[in-house]
Amino acid sequence: MKTRALLVAAALVAFTGSAALAESIQHGNLTIKDAWTRATPPKAKGGGAFVTITNNGSEDARLTGAVSNYAKRTEIHEMAVNDGVMKMRKLDEGVVIPAGETLELKPGSYHVMFMGLNQPFKMGEELNVTLEFEKAGPVDVTFPVMKMGAKSGKMHH
Amino acid sequence: MNVAKTIRYGAWAAVAVLVAAVSAVTVMKFVQDDVPQAATVQIGGPFELVDGKGQVFTDKNLNGKPTLMFFGFTYCPDVCPTTLSDMQGWIENLGPKADDLNFVFVSVDPERDTPDVIADYVAAFDTRVVPLTGSVDQVKKVVKDYRVYARKVPLDDGDYTMDHTAAVYMLNGDLDFVGTISYQEPEETALPKIRKLLGS
Repeated sequence: MKTRALLVAAALVAFTGSAALAESIQHGNLTIKDAWTRATPPKAKGGGAFVTITNNGSEDARLTGAVSNYAKRTEIHEMAVNDGVMKMRKLDEGVVIPAGETLELKPGSYHVMFMGLNQPFKMGEELNVTLEFEKAGPVDVTFPVMKMGAKSGKMHH
Repeated sequence: MNVAKTIRYGAWAAVAVLVAAVSAVTVMKFVQDDVPQAATVQIGGPFELVDGKGQVFTDKNLNGKPTLMFFGFTYCPDVCPTTLSDMQGWIENLGPKADDLNFVFVSVDPERDTPDVIADYVAAFDTRVVPLTGSVDQVKKVVKDYRVYARKVPLDDGDYTMDHTAAVYMLNGDLDFVGTISYQEPEETALPKIRKLLGS
C-alpha cells in the first residue's frame, strides 16, 4: 500500500516535472529548455543542475556563470570520466554555445554546480537559478527537482 | 619426380610447424597455469576503516561475502549519487539474493565526510549500502591498496573538490579484485556481472 502511494506520488511529481520541462524560455537569440536538477541526500554539500540551450543567432554565445541562493557558490562546471577517473573543473571562462548549435548541460558533462548547499534539494520542489550570458545577459530559469540519482529530467528513460 | 618430392617435404614441414605451434601453446598454457600470478598487480586486501556510526569496520566485517565497493565523496554532484542510485537498483533487482553481497561506499574525502555525514548521505539511497570513512591515513591506505585514483583539486577560495575513480569494484569473498562495473554501465551488463560474482 505504502509502495503504491509512493508510486502515485512519484508519478505525480514526474508529471508536474515534465510539464515544467516542456516550457522553454526565449532569451535573445537563445532558447533555454529542459532544465532539471536532482534531489540531494541530507548533508550532501554538492548538487548539479542541467539545462539545454540552443543558440539561434549567427554569433557564438557564452554562458558565463550562474547565481542562486541555494549554495555558498553556484558555478559552471565541466565533469568528465576519462580512463575510469572522474574529474570536475570550474569553467572560469564559461562555456560557448556556437552559433546555430545546441549545448546540453547534462550528467557526465557540463553542469551548473552548487558548492556548499544551504539545505538539501527535495524532490518536487523547484529551484530558481539565474543563468548569466556574455551578451544576452541574465535570465531566470526554473529547475524542477527530480528524484535522487535521476539520470535525466524526463519522466522515463 | 621432383614435384612429388617437394610436395612430400612441404607436407612434412607443415606437420613440423603445426607440432611446434601446438607444443608452444601447450608449454605457454602450462607455464601460465603453473606460475602464480606474480606479474599481476595486487589490488585490494585487508583494511580498517570507520562505519557510519563511528565504529571500526574492517574487511572481517564483510563476512567472506563478495563485495561491490565504490569510492566517492559527498560533495560529488553526479557520479556518486548516480552510482548509489544504480546500486539501489541492483539491490532491488537481486531481491533476497542481495543479502549474499556487501555493498560499500568508501569516502575518499575523510576530512569532510565524517561518519554522520556519510551515513546520512548513503542511507538516503539504501540502508544496505555500508558507509565507510576513517582517518586520513586509514583512507589513504585503502586508496593505495585498492589502486584507486583520488586527488584533491584546490579551488580558488581555499575549498577543494576531488578527482576519483568512478568505477564500482567487484571483490570476491577472499577480497580478490575480480573486475569493475564502469560508471553508468547499463543494468543489462552490470547485473549479469553481479550474478556471476555471486555464483563464484
